[in-house]
Amino acid sequence: MATLQLNSVVKRFDDTQVIKGVDLEVKDQEFVVFVGPSGCGKSTLLRMIAGLESTTSGDIVIEGQRVNDLGPAERGLAMVFQSYALYPHMTVEDNMGFSLRLAGVAKEQRRQKVLEAARILQLEPLLDRKPKALSGGQRQRVAIGRAIVRNPSIFLFDEPLSNLDAALRVQMRIELARLHEELKATMIYVTHDQIEAMTMADKIVVLQGGEVEQVGSPMALYHHPRNRFVAGFIGSPKMNFLPVSVVSAGGEGVDVRLPGGGTTRVPVDGRDCDAGESLTLGVRPEHLTLDEAGPLRARIQVIERLGGQTSLYVDMDDDLLTLMVDGDVTHRVGDEVRFNFEPRRGHLFTGDDLALESLERHPLASLTRQDNRAASDTEA
Amino acid sequence: MTTTLSTKNTPMDAARGDAAARARRLRGFGMAVLGWTVALVIFFPIFWMILTGFKTEAEAIAEPSLIFTPTLDSYVEVQERANYLKFAWNSVVVAFGSTLLALLIAIPSAYSMAFLPTRRTKGTLLWMLSTKMLPPVGVLVPIYLLFRDLGLLDTLTGLTIVYTLMNLPIVVWMLYTFFKDLPRDILEAGRMDGASTLQEIGYLLLPLTLPGIASTGLLSVILSWNESFWSLNLTTSQAAPLTAYIASFSSPEGLFWAKLSAASTMAIAPILVFGWLTQKQMVRGLTFGAVK
Repeated sequence: MATLQLNSVVKRFDDTQVIKGVDLEVKDQEFVVFVGPSGCGKSTLLRMIAGLESTTSGDIVIEGQRVNDLGPAERGLAMVFQSYALYPHMTVEDNMGFSLRLAGVAKEQRRQKVLEAARILQLEPLLDRKPKALSGGQRQRVAIGRAIVRNPSIFLFDEPLSNLDAALRVQMRIELARLHEELKATMIYVTHDQIEAMTMADKIVVLQGGEVEQVGSPMALYHHPRNRFVAGFIGSPKMNFLPVSVVSAGGEGVDVRLPGGGTTRVPVDGRDCDAGESLTLGVRPEHLTLDEAGPLRARIQVIERLGGQTSLYVDMDDDLLTLMVDGDVTHRVGDEVRFNFEPRRGHLFTGDDLALESLERHPLASLTRQDNRAASDTEA
Repeated sequence: MTTTLSTKNTPMDAARGDAAARARRLRGFGMAVLGWTVALVIFFPIFWMILTGFKTEAEAIAEPSLIFTPTLDSYVEVQERANYLKFAWNSVVVAFGSTLLALLIAIPSAYSMAFLPTRRTKGTLLWMLSTKMLPPVGVLVPIYLLFRDLGLLDTLTGLTIVYTLMNLPIVVWMLYTFFKDLPRDILEAGRMDGASTLQEIGYLLLPLTLPGIASTGLLSVILSWNESFWSLNLTTSQAAPLTAYIASFSSPEGLFWAKLSAASTMAIAPILVFGWLTQKQMVRGLTFGAVK
């Protein structure tokens, strides 16, 4: 059992508060991803959990024990750094066995543990090499191996894939997911890449300005963002935002007037809304569909063809919107297009950027990666 | 005739290539001439000193000439008048002793300044360096009196302490820049792996910055070896190093150039050989971190 709890954790550097009271619970064997733009405090928070940064106030609790005053090694964690931070003067084997050597583990036993980790990561042929003779992906695996050897209660990853090229990143992403399953360990992973967050996490923690914006499963964050920041940050390309005004609102939905005239009813809880109020409508690019009779119209500014899909960037009253449409559309730059969206795909945000709650929970919103696996197992 | 890389080149291209190559070669030649000139200018006094050591006193003050009959007379006389080995041993003890001591103090200080900086770290570093700008003679009297009272005058311990303090600012400063080049992550990874501060320094920091530490040490040895102000003022016979040995040939009966040169040659010979043997390490250390 390796659980982690953060209670009102605060970090202050001189006069600046960089972590502003974070509460969080990480369950045993959970894969939690901290995601947010650079400078949001996600790495600082991870380093505080690791013990590399002191905690100004609040409690960090690992497996029921408050660890604020324990040193990094005493917390029983292992960390994989963005720069890998391998010891350049040691061989792969010595790198991986360093923690055991410091702990006074006998050489034979040390070797056995290193070999075991090397087997999991397919590093056996590289054990005698120095880090500089390894490729980026291999170094990354050694860094992970070094963590595995420690047999930590929680693995911490600080943007581990950002120094790798795109292809390798995809491969390592899959490998990490596989590793998580094999080791059945609790993992906390920091990234600014929302795709990594979406694909790997059981639970995503979206941070901004030192505060938690939302915690939830990837699908919950995608379908039910709590506010405009999360809505814009999760999902790629970014969600489109349009100014709309309320025609009528109530418990069964909100009727809004779209730019260009039409009205549509978005199924969200509108009991706190008043007619005439200005709201922001959010629709994801993949949920906007070309429709000859659609209520929205705009002129195409840029076309990006990806093959299977095409991104249309359209200009609507000086707002640049993105549409992800079929790869085979024949439109040209300058064409006027009309488009539409399913009302249940719309999100409404109030003046202070909070989302109005959907009347219906998306069926996948509580899906976890375990559920994914169970489904594929039964298919097999 | 220069070779061109491709046979498809037109004569025009070839001509242009030739011109560029010629310009490159000319520049290389120019740099070589400049380099040799500078080296000769620097080396000439040493060369002349070595030469003078093999002359008679009469030849030494005569019209400068490269043609003379070499003689070891000066060396013999110098050797008869003073025990070279004793002075040399003193030099070795204080130069290496003070360097070792300085490193021992400077490594932890540079570590804390590089990896646990506070708001005052930069100021402290600058202040340390600023003490090097003070003329040593300014503190001669207090140090002399202190040494007299503590019984440190004319002792190897006393001279070693002074040299340590003299070199400490430079040693700390140099180590600080070398340590700063080491990615913090590596030490933090060590801390995650369970290393104590001492283990961090011993297993990670020192092996990884060895070239820098070595060149810092070498510089400190050379500076201590060549130091003459303190050695002349704080020692007389027992702890006098080679700089005092040279000086002893300059005053009483006027200047004897040949003997002075012979003594000087013997004084710088060990450090010259030492520098020659370690020059690779020196250059590597002094340019460490410049090219990643």
